[in-house]
Amino acid sequence: MNLTLKVWRQQDSKSAGKFVTYQVQGVTPDMSFLEMMDLLNENLQAKGEAPVAFEHDCREGICGMCGFLINGVAHGGHRGTTVCQLSMRFFKDGDSLTLEPWRAKAFPVLRDLAVDRSAFDRIIQAGGFISAPTGVAPDARAILVPKVDADRAMDAAACIGCGACVAACPNAAAMLFTAAKITHLNSLPQGQPQRYQRTADMVAAMSDELFGSCTNHGECEAVCPKKIPIEFIGRMNRDLIHATLRRRGE
Amino acid sequence: MLESNIPSGPIEEKWERSRFEMKLVNPANRRKHTVIIVGSGLAGASAAASLGQQGYNVHCFCFQDSPRRAHSIAAQGGINAAKNYRNDGDSIHRLFYDTVKGGDFRSREANVFRLAQISVNIIDQCVAQGVPFAREYGGLLDTRSFGGVQVSRTFYARGQTGQQLLLGAYQALEEQIAAGGVKMHTRSEMLDLVVVNGRARGVVTRDLLTGAIESFAADVVVLATGGYGNVFYLSTNAKGCNTTAIWRAHRRGAFFGNPCFTQIHPTCIPVSNENQSKLTLMSESLRNDGRVWVPKKKGDTRPATQIPEVERDYYLERRYPSFGNLVPRDVASRNAKEVCDEGRGVGPGGMGVYLDFADAIRRMGESVVREKYGNLFDMYEEITGENAYKVPMRIYPAVHYTMGGLWVDYQLMSTIPGLFVAGEANFSDHGANRLGASALMQGLADGYFILPYTIPNYIASNALEKVDTSHPEFVAVKEEVNRRIARLIGIQGQRTVDSFHKELGKLVWENCGMARSAEGLRSNLERIPALREEFWNNLKIIGTGEELNQSLEKAGRVADFLELAELMCLDALEREESCGGHFRVESQTPDGEALRDDERFSFVSAWEWKGEGDQWELHREPLAFEHVHLTQRSYK
Repeated sequence: MNLTLKVWRQQDSKSAGKFVTYQVQGVTPDMSFLEMMDLLNENLQAKGEAPVAFEHDCREGICGMCGFLINGVAHGGHRGTTVCQLSMRFFKDGDSLTLEPWRAKAFPVLRDLAVDRSAFDRIIQAGGFISAPTGVAPDARAILVPKVDADRAMDAAACIGCGACVAACPNAAAMLFTAAKITHLNSLPQGQPQRYQRTADMVAAMSDELFGSCTNHGECEAVCPKKIPIEFIGRMNRDLIHATLRRRGE
Repeated sequence: MLESNIPSGPIEEKWERSRFEMKLVNPANRRKHTVIIVGSGLAGASAAASLGQQGYNVHCFCFQDSPRRAHSIAAQGGINAAKNYRNDGDSIHRLFYDTVKGGDFRSREANVFRLAQISVNIIDQCVAQGVPFAREYGGLLDTRSFGGVQVSRTFYARGQTGQQLLLGAYQALEEQIAAGGVKMHTRSEMLDLVVVNGRARGVVTRDLLTGAIESFAADVVVLATGGYGNVFYLSTNAKGCNTTAIWRAHRRGAFFGNPCFTQIHPTCIPVSNENQSKLTLMSESLRNDGRVWVPKKKGDTRPATQIPEVERDYYLERRYPSFGNLVPRDVASRNAKEVCDEGRGVGPGGMGVYLDFADAIRRMGESVVREKYGNLFDMYEEITGENAYKVPMRIYPAVHYTMGGLWVDYQLMSTIPGLFVAGEANFSDHGANRLGASALMQGLADGYFILPYTIPNYIASNALEKVDTSHPEFVAVKEEVNRRIARLIGIQGQRTVDSFHKELGKLVWENCGMARSAEGLRSNLERIPALREEFWNNLKIIGTGEELNQSLEKAGRVADFLELAELMCLDALEREESCGGHFRVESQTPDGEALRDDERFSFVSAWEWKGEGDQWELHREPLAFEHVHLTQRSYK
């Protein structure tokens, strides 16, 4: 099949960007979306033009490195799928697709479709961990975790940190990302001692990084490749209220 | 010359004793010592976090945008530990035995025993960090059994165990970054090692955003940069996985151990098109209920469901009646290749075999099959568009892991003093074949529990003179790196990096893949240098070195693969025996099974780089087996 791509081209974070239109021929349905992009880049290089920069690594939907908007939808809009796993089967000959990077103040564009998501690392640094220095930890069986809690922790921990939630949110909020980590750690007995401090600190870091706030659009859940539910934001807010009241009490 | 430094005494006491004998660094002095860690996967992140906690000045580097992206994240199945929570006869000794035997007797006993001992601590450490392992209703940890062992010792977090273990290490690392113990350098690729007075003293890196070439000095350098499976172009590795860090260190004097030992995983989704960039693994657990078959007739193009039972060849069940579809990875892979080479493969291109669940569905019902394997069937449909409940899956082997890597002694130190190597990047524990769920175990053992002892010991035992990046050696290496980049960009030929990489991958896959012959290897030893020659004369890179340039990044990596591939073929040619994943067609039993030659090849090959254009020199580390009896594996 043949496709028309309108791709955001931007030299670096300081330059202005613009859309450039390309034709891609000979796309087959068994390619992945990124393999179609590889084909585009091979053709561009053959013509002496710079290939389109986009981020990717594992190409199996787990590293969280890939991601851009296809026709305005993060990862292309197939539920539970990152753009690296998106099959060209879902497109048809003659389709016209607009590709652009995540749009958020906290995620500056680095080049073309690649953005800087280091703000996510800094949110984790603020409290997204359980302090357990390497050493002689208690026997793993000494800590019992009810299955329902372990399962919820795992549902939340499945987040791959791709940033689609931020890109989809009209407020560019990082609430789903932050709530996922807080829900993971706060659901476990090991996470209790730092529970409220963690919640307060991570939420503060989120604001410091210029992410917006949640106004319940639910776009984040819709595009999340790991189907993290928006319910976790409610859990985070509950712990945040608790954390705030505890702090006042001190 | 090769000193493995295995401590004396009974195998059970070696690690304990050597830990006691190690020298310590006073807490007040640790801050004065800098440790560079390249790579932020399980081994790198865990080592960086642990050494940061101890008080060392740690610099950690990764080429991705965040340490959380490292390819450890993609491991699915689980992590082994000799906890014996099931009371099913497991023990440290049994995990040790299974690993040595599974590696087809080509690993070091003392290292493997230590690994089995430490496995127990890893699970405790990870649970303390909040890794959400699967639990039973009583709240206890769940385990499952895995690839060819008879006990249930594999801990798991759904199908995302690697992800969860990596996030545990990543979070510990981020905590240290915030505390100031570790300085993280993301989007930073190591392009060379700096050796001063015979010791590893630093690295030269490229900032992938700006192209700036920078130098960093340290007392110790750790490489935890993963495996080199991408030399085959198509593999289950992430696209960025590469050999550059360990290859550059090899050229600076670190011996390369067993480069030809690669693991080909039997259950991957077959290649479907010329533009394919990556292969996807389907969990090995599918072989518990799926039956592997091909048509008896060559070139049979009928749809699977129209091929009657009598015209199907369930070749694994036929050839291995006692293990059937559950033979080890190397055996299953080789057999799939054989039937496809006979012209009986299925699917586009004929490079696939069926993995059929029709019997399982008849026996257990579709809902039970869905419960056990639903996510895998979904993933298969996502990629192929086929419903595996209705038609059999098609699978084919794919490169998955490299057992070879830089040679290290018992302390995980390479032949360059001060250069330590951890995780998949070293050659250490898996011999000629790695068992399932052992890669995560080894990465974390190295990073959490071995390096945090052996690195301080090295620092405390050696008077390391002060060296900074103004040292002439640093200046010279930086200059070399700059020249190499200028040379790559300056070629301005006709072919893209990917086209070279694909061509190299095909050569290595054809002649140094699942079956290797002297003839094929010799032909590769001529064709690979020729391809390398063409690469350096006909490569085309658009853009400059002073910007984000993904083609340039790839070019540097492919240039190193082009050298490594030659060494792999040389090693495979030299080892005239079959063992584990290394199958020499000249060395097989009368019924076509791998035939080891313990008389001649019970050693580790450690290759020394002798300079551009000169032949490598082979050093042999003899392997002694005192606790595991050498046997020929049989799965008939």
